[in-house]
Amino acid sequence: MKIGILGGGPAGLYCGLLLKKANSGHDITIIERNATDATYGWGVVFSDRTLAAFQEADYKSYRAITDHFVLWDAIDIHYRGELIRCGGHIFAGLARKQLLQLLQARCAELGVTLRYNTELNDLAAFDGCDLIIAADGVNSLIRKTYAEIFQPSLTPGKAKFIWLGTSKVLDAFTFIFRENEHGLFQVHSYPFNGTTSTFIVECDEATWKRAGLEDASEDDSIAYCEQLFAQELHGATLLPNNSKWINFVTVKNATWHHKNIVLLGDSAHTAHFSIGSGTKLAMEDAIALANAIEQYPDLETALSDYEAVRKPVIELFQTAAAESRTYFESVQRYTRLEPMQFAFNLLTRSGRISYDDLRLRDPYFGEQVDRWFDDSYRHRGSELPAQGNRGFEKPVHGNGAAQRTGVYTPLLAPPPLFTPFALRSLTLPNRLVGSPVLVAARDGVAGAGQMQQLAHSSVGLIMPNPVAISAEGRITSEDGCLYHEKHLKAWKKLVDAIHQASRAKIGITLNHAGRRGAVRPARDGLDRPLRTGGWPLVSASPLPYTPRSQAPRELDSAGMAAICADFVRAARMADEAGFDLLQLHLGHGYLLASFLSPLTNQRSDEYGGALENRLRFPLEVFDAVRAVWPEQKPLAVALTITDSARGGLSIADGVAIARALKTHGCDLLTILAGQTVPETEMPYRRGFLTPLSDRVRNEVDIPTLVGGYLTTSNQINTILAGGRADLCHMYVPELAEACE
Amino acid sequence: MQIGVGLPTTLPGATGGLILDWARQADSGPFSSLGVLDRVLYESFDPLAALAAAAAVTTRVRLATTILISPLRNTVLLGKMAASIDALSGGRLTLGVAVGARQDDYDTAGVAYNTRGRTLVEQLSALREQWEGEGENAIGPQPARAGGPELLVGGLSDAAFARVARYADGYVHGGGPPRAFARAADKARAAWVDAGRPGLPKLWAQGYFAFGDEATIEAGRRYLADYYAFTGHFVERIVEEMLTTPQAVAQFARGYADAGCDELVLFPAVAEIGQLERLAEIVANLESASTSQRNRS
Repeated sequence: MKIGILGGGPAGLYCGLLLKKANSGHDITIIERNATDATYGWGVVFSDRTLAAFQEADYKSYRAITDHFVLWDAIDIHYRGELIRCGGHIFAGLARKQLLQLLQARCAELGVTLRYNTELNDLAAFDGCDLIIAADGVNSLIRKTYAEIFQPSLTPGKAKFIWLGTSKVLDAFTFIFRENEHGLFQVHSYPFNGTTSTFIVECDEATWKRAGLEDASEDDSIAYCEQLFAQELHGATLLPNNSKWINFVTVKNATWHHKNIVLLGDSAHTAHFSIGSGTKLAMEDAIALANAIEQYPDLETALSDYEAVRKPVIELFQTAAAESRTYFESVQRYTRLEPMQFAFNLLTRSGRISYDDLRLRDPYFGEQVDRWFDDSYRHRGSELPAQGNRGFEKPVHGNGAAQRTGVYTPLLAPPPLFTPFALRSLTLPNRLVGSPVLVAARDGVAGAGQMQQLAHSSVGLIMPNPVAISAEGRITSEDGCLYHEKHLKAWKKLVDAIHQASRAKIGITLNHAGRRGAVRPARDGLDRPLRTGGWPLVSASPLPYTPRSQAPRELDSAGMAAICADFVRAARMADEAGFDLLQLHLGHGYLLASFLSPLTNQRSDEYGGALENRLRFPLEVFDAVRAVWPEQKPLAVALTITDSARGGLSIADGVAIARALKTHGCDLLTILAGQTVPETEMPYRRGFLTPLSDRVRNEVDIPTLVGGYLTTSNQINTILAGGRADLCHMYVPELAEACE
Repeated sequence: MQIGVGLPTTLPGATGGLILDWARQADSGPFSSLGVLDRVLYESFDPLAALAAAAAVTTRVRLATTILISPLRNTVLLGKMAASIDALSGGRLTLGVAVGARQDDYDTAGVAYNTRGRTLVEQLSALREQWEGEGENAIGPQPARAGGPELLVGGLSDAAFARVARYADGYVHGGGPPRAFARAADKARAAWVDAGRPGLPKLWAQGYFAFGDEATIEAGRRYLADYYAFTGHFVERIVEEMLTTPQAVAQFARGYADAGCDELVLFPAVAEIGQLERLAEIVANLESASTSQRNRS
């Protein structure tokens, strides 16, 4: 086969040598516009798994690579003048120039033709080729030539970065975060040849402009960075390599092959440098393509197979890379976190590495995280009313228990999920929250047996399903309720039993169903109106929830006052019943939430229009309830952060609402999303609410409770240790069968 | 996890007689359900007609569409047909519906393709209302099961999982390795829990098998390559994943059971009754896999 490869980078060279090795009859030419010894960028990184793939694909080049690379296993995080180190991550670094040289030598040895200094403007040079491989990088000429076929999308990132080298010798993948008067800068740095390291500096565009880097020369940029990172560089210098400040461009293509043309490496896809995978993915592409061409005599089948094998892998990496890129673009959000939590959050940013993974990779780091987390709770306690004879010395990170005196210092700390948590004068024994599975209520209490069972599980806080504050405020006729003396008695009996039997605390969520009321129980599907025995509905605006739903009446001021009074009455009853925590439901399209969203609130009075107005009634209810709910007891809100529907509340709106609630004294937010209107497209998956919780908790600085189908300790510990939530809801589907 | 078997309704060359024999034998074997697929533009039987026939010659197994392309059908007539099969079979119908993956089926049936999602949503809420209909508005027949047949939704979009949680009793997966099912199952459960539905959704899944000499297995592969040609290069995956040995069936079933599957329906790729007999032997020996309950990791 006559094969033309455009681009003499690692992908093109490796693919050329693998194809030639498999079949010496192939006539392979690689065309490269630069000289043999020209190279951009500094080092490249491979994981141990990639090296194993290299070993299998071509042992000779694998040996040449391993003869030259440097190995390390640690990640260092410099932040607020502290250094946090986490080991157990195997990396290999190699100079890009070295990699190219050894791949060139291997190509020459096998008889691949290499043509350097050859700039192409069209593809005429490949006339007569049976296969054309586009290994010509992020600005691929071939991809541009067939843009209507490949349908490339090029998305620039928000941050500015510059690719530098440094004479500083490193023994770890090193992240540096440094804030100055211009803003926050971060460095991604790693060793590659024993004397030099890659040093990428990144910041947001505003910071970059404030620092005067927009018009800075390469020398000016280097001088600025050398001064900024003087402490970490220890006198080492930064090195230029035709370096410019640019935005990272994420490349995706609808398809990767067309007739006899195939995209390889960066021309097909890019993944943000923070996960260090660009060269690795490109060379793995080369292996897959060479394998497919060997396996299938028919070229179309081979190219289809290559694409079918690689595309899902690349999509996973691009998802992780996008998470990582987003993290670095919004890292300012996390600068409130203390170093240990900041580091844990950074290490687990892409969702690919969990709490258990880190404990396995570096048990010492894992124990440091546990001890910090346990300490931080005790430290946090010092801001609260006195809590007995605990010491409140500021924790010393990573120095073990021995340095502290006179302070409760466990030799081993519990995992984050089993540390206590304080809200006002309430102390929860741990971070686990459980709820009964939905069943019909008796005397206003739904799932009493399940909740007593939960009290004997490891749950720290029991949250019953939302309870109606009035008969008209019920969702179904089977709902839990709290508006009658008999409800109060039944709840008090349960609360007392739970308090007597266990350390678990119990809260209550007060709700008015609004336009989602008068429906059948959820076991038959959602929002299916009662055929008989329904009751009139009210909402912010007279819009039915589904086409089959009853149209609600628009609430007038007398109606609002009455409902506010119902909430207040229920709050008083909740206190009398002995509940430890009270929560108001401002989510899922129920009555209070219907005021918040522009999709459901079309009022023209002072309760509609701007967000400030839409917040008015929910805040009036919140303030009225806060006024009667005892000062020492926490008041929480279950809030829909985003409607996830066109024209509805965005995440930014949700953050603004969370801020307003915090100002009014809200102690805890339960993170919800969607259901404001029936057709919402949430990206449902395990933990799908965690990113929303992370954003609200860290932008607003308010404790959060998150669920989203969490079922394992690992998921929960990862969320808690990373500062993405303070409490986690665990779903226990077997409860109902076991108890009712 | 229970294991069902597919009827050979989409296999070229399968006769009505074979389909009825197949149904009878499956009913006496270790299988818990009979599944049917739906394709307009292919040499195949109508899935609901096939289940109605199967209802007449079976007494025990569930009768399931996995899936039926419901937007192709008039909603009221579909509801009446489903209620009829349910009543005729003594409440054994499980109706799995989805929008399907082929525009040519819509074009052939003269049904708008671009509104298929909206149509499905309307059908999901209308079907239940119809089955529960009482008094003057009742269309009938009264389904054997209160509230009508068990209703499943298939598909892989975010919207599909939201529809499972809002309207259905469970989810039906389209096929693939156990890890692909596990991802989809997680999404279905997450949507279900978020909706506040009690318990967990019923999870159905499917795979293909062909046993015998190389020529028989090759015939199975050729059929799958043809039936799924429209999926482009994914067809190779589907062909490769076909189960051809008892070991493959055991591992496949174990993977699905571990991922929390409730009902795995194995479809034949070769229209010979011997295929059913071979599968029955294998499935009878699978107790350990079918009792596995590791679905929450």
